[in-house]
Amino acid sequence: MKPTRRLLLAVLAVGLFLLALVAATALLMLASEAGASGGGRTAEERIVVLLVLLLAACACSFWVIYRLYERYVNAPLRMAEELATALTHSDLRLSEYAASELQVLGKVANQLLALRAAREQDVAERVREARASLEEERSRLAALMADLSQSVVVCNLDGRVLLYNQRAKQELSTAADGSNAELLGLGRSIYTVFDRALIGHALERLQQASREGSNKDDKKLVGSVQFVTATHTGRLLRAHMSPVLGEDGPHHARVGGFSITGFVLVLEDVTSTNERHARRDMLIQSLVEGGRGPLGSIRAAGEMLFDFPDMPSQQRDRFLRVIRDEAGVLTAQFEKAASAFSNDLRERWMLEEILGAELLAVAARRIGERRSSERRVLAVKSENVDEDLWLRVDSFGLLQALRYLALRLQDEYEVREVRLSLTRSGPLAQFDLSWLGTFMNNETAMSWLQDPMAVGGESSPLSVTDVIERCNGDIWFQRERVSHRAFFRTMLPVAEAPKDLPRAIAPAPEGERPEFYDFDIFLWSAVSHELDDQPLADLSYTIFDTETTGLQPSQGDEIIQIGATRIVNRRLLRQECFDQLIDPRHSLSSQSVAIHGITPELLVGQPSIDVVLPKFHAFCADTVLVGHNAAFDMRFLQLKETKTGVRFEQPVLDTLLLSAVLYPNQTTHRLEAIAERLGVSVFGRHTALGDAIVTGEVFLKMLPLLAEMGITTLRQAREASQRTYHARLKY
Amino acid sequence: MSKKILIADDEQNIVISIEFLLRREGFEVLVAGDGEEALAKVRAERPDLVLLDVMMPRMNGFDVCQALRADPDLSATRILMLTAKGRDTEVSKGLGLGADGYMTKPFSTKELLAEVRKLLGM
Repeated sequence: MKPTRRLLLAVLAVGLFLLALVAATALLMLASEAGASGGGRTAEERIVVLLVLLLAACACSFWVIYRLYERYVNAPLRMAEELATALTHSDLRLSEYAASELQVLGKVANQLLALRAAREQDVAERVREARASLEEERSRLAALMADLSQSVVVCNLDGRVLLYNQRAKQELSTAADGSNAELLGLGRSIYTVFDRALIGHALERLQQASREGSNKDDKKLVGSVQFVTATHTGRLLRAHMSPVLGEDGPHHARVGGFSITGFVLVLEDVTSTNERHARRDMLIQSLVEGGRGPLGSIRAAGEMLFDFPDMPSQQRDRFLRVIRDEAGVLTAQFEKAASAFSNDLRERWMLEEILGAELLAVAARRIGERRSSERRVLAVKSENVDEDLWLRVDSFGLLQALRYLALRLQDEYEVREVRLSLTRSGPLAQFDLSWLGTFMNNETAMSWLQDPMAVGGESSPLSVTDVIERCNGDIWFQRERVSHRAFFRTMLPVAEAPKDLPRAIAPAPEGERPEFYDFDIFLWSAVSHELDDQPLADLSYTIFDTETTGLQPSQGDEIIQIGATRIVNRRLLRQECFDQLIDPRHSLSSQSVAIHGITPELLVGQPSIDVVLPKFHAFCADTVLVGHNAAFDMRFLQLKETKTGVRFEQPVLDTLLLSAVLYPNQTTHRLEAIAERLGVSVFGRHTALGDAIVTGEVFLKMLPLLAEMGITTLRQAREASQRTYHARLKY
Repeated sequence: MSKKILIADDEQNIVISIEFLLRREGFEVLVAGDGEEALAKVRAERPDLVLLDVMMPRMNGFDVCQALRADPDLSATRILMLTAKGRDTEVSKGLGLGADGYMTKPFSTKELLAEVRKLLGM
C-alpha cells in the first residue's frame, strides 16, 4: 500500500470514528426526545448508555494508539539499539520489523552494515598481505645477511648494536683468549669490541664528508669512511663505515635536511690478505738480496778467468769450483722461491673451494642443457665420483671450458654421450671428460684446448688451457685404444675442506622476529637516564641462573655452571646466550648431581670461576640482572668478589619476589608453579641456561601484569619486591 | 811501497776472486773472515784500505766501520763497503757511518779496481 493511500485511510478512519461517536450521541438524543413524548426510558438510563458508549470509544482509541505506538515509536527505538550493537559487532544484522516503513529502513541499514563489513574485511586482508610481505622481506634480509662473507653491524649514534649478521657474531664475539665471549649482541655497545675513540673519529670524518657533500648538493649526503683496526684476537679488519640517515636525529648530527641517526659497519678480515702481501714481499726480497752474494762471486770468478787466461791450472780450478758451487746455491734459492710463488699465485684469482662432486653435477647439467638450435640433447653420465674431494677452482671458467669441449664434440664429431669422472690421484684430483671413439687426432685436440672458447652465443677471450692453468691445473688429450675411448684429462690440486662455513641461523619461532636485529634501538635516547626511573619495558636484562655444588654458599659451596640469556626491547634473545661449566676444584655431592645431572667428569678441563666470572661480568654489562631467587645466586657471586676482582653492581630483579608481589595469596612461588600460572612451557629445567630461559619468559609475562598494578619503573619494581615477605630471606 | 788492503768478508767464494785480482795488481792483501778479526787486523796491520762486507758473523760491517771511525789513529784508513743488499737506505747508512765508498754485489771487478785505485789516490 502506498503511504499516501494509507494517510487517506487513516484520515477516513478518524473521521468515521468521530462520525460514529456523533451519530451515537445524536441517536441517544433522538431516543430521549422520543422517550420524553412516549415516556420509554428515564434520564439515568440514557446517561448509563452514553457512558458505556464513551467507555467503548475510549477503549477503542487506546487500542489504536497503543498499536500505533508499538509500530512507530517503540520499533524504531529497538532498531536504534540493534544498530548500536551492530556498531561494535560488524557481523550482526537488523531483524525484520512489522511496519513496512521500518522494513525499508532496516533493509537499507543492513546494506550499509554489509558494506562496512566488506570494507573491514578488505582492510584486514590488506593488512595481512602487507604483514606477510614485510615478513618475507625480513626473512630475505636474514638470508642475505647470513650469506654475506663480510661482517655487517648496524649501530645507532650511541654505538648500540641494532643489527648484525652471523659472520660478525663469529668474528667479533671472540675474546682475546679465543673463547666465545658473546661480546656482540642486540642493544650492546659496539665499544666493547672497538675503541670508542676510533669509531668516534670515523663518525666525525663521516659527518665532515657529508657536510662537504651537502654544500654542493643537498641530496648528495652519503659519504663513507674506511679504517683498519684489530680485533681482540689480533685479526686485522678493514672497516667500511657509512651513515644511516633519518629525518629526526640529534641536532649536532644534522647535515642538509637529514641527520645521521646511526652507522653501518661492513668489516672484512684482511689478516690473510695482509699476510699474503707480506709473504710475497719477503719472497721477492729474499730472492733479490739472497741472489746478490752468489751472483757477485760468480761474476768475479768469471771475470778473473776471462781477464787472466794465463793463470795456473790449480787457480783456474778454484774459480771454476766457485762458479759451480754458487750456481748450485742460486738454483736452490730459485726453486724455493718458485714453489712459494706458485702457492701464492693460487690466491690471486678468484678461486673458491667447491666440493668436486657438486662441480661435477653442475657440469653434467650444464652440458646436458638443450640448445635452441639442437634437437638432440647430449647425454652426460657421471662415473667414479669421489664424494669427499674438495677443489679450489674458478668454477665458472671450469664449467664454461667443460661445456665448450663437450658441445664441440657433439657439433664436430657427433658424439652422443660423454662421461665425467672425478678421482683422487695422490695430492691431485683427476677429472676426465671421456667419450667413445678415438677418431680425434692430437693436433685437433691441441687446437681445441688453445683456441678461445666459443659455444653458440657465448664466447670468451680465454682458452681452455688458460682456465685450467688459472686453477693451477693441467689438461691434456689422451686415447685408450683398448677400451676404444678418448678423453680430456684435467689434473687439479686437491683443496682442504673449508672449515669456517658460516653457521646457519636458527629460524625464529613462528610470529617472532628474527633475533639478530631490532630497528627500534634507533629510537633509544642518547641521554642515559638513571636506570631506576626508566620504564621496565625499555630496559635490557640479563636473565641468569647458576647450578652449584650445594645450597650453602657461605659453607664453601661453589658455582659449577652459569647460564644466561638476554632481553632487549621486550624480546628474549635466545641466540645471545652465555652457557659455561665451571670446575669448582671441590668435590660434588651425590644429591647435587641428582638435581643438575652434572657429573664430575663433565667438569674436568673446564675453566675455574676466576676465569669465568670476568667474562660473565662483561656479558652483563649495561643490563639489569634477573634471576629466580636471585638472592641465592647473587650471594655466590658476591663471595667471589675479592678473588676474581669483579663486582656485580647491576640492579637485580627477582622473579620469585615479583611473583609474591603479583600473587600475595599463593603459597608457592617455585619457578615451575609460576611458569604454569603464567602459561609458560617448561623445558630443559635444571640446566642453568634452561632455567634462565624459563625465568626470562616468566619475567616477560610478568611485565604487563605489573604494569596493571601501576608498577612500571625499575624503582617501583624493586620497592614492591622489598616489601614482600620473601625479601627477608638471607643466604 | 805497495799499498796494503784488507778484505773482510765471510764469503770465501768472493774473497778468492778479489784476493787474486788485487795481488795480480800488485797490492799487499790481507783477509779477515769476520768483523772482530777484521777490526783486530786493521789495528795490527794498519792497511791503507779495508774492503768491508756488511753481513758478517760476530760483528757486522756497520759496527766495524763505526769502531774504525771512532779511533782517531785510524782516520787515514779508507773504507769501501761491500754489500749484498743494495737498499738505498743501507748505502746512506754506510756513508753516514763514515765509509768512503760503497759497492753493491754483484759488481764488476774492473769497477771494483777503479774504485780501489780512486780511494787510494792512485
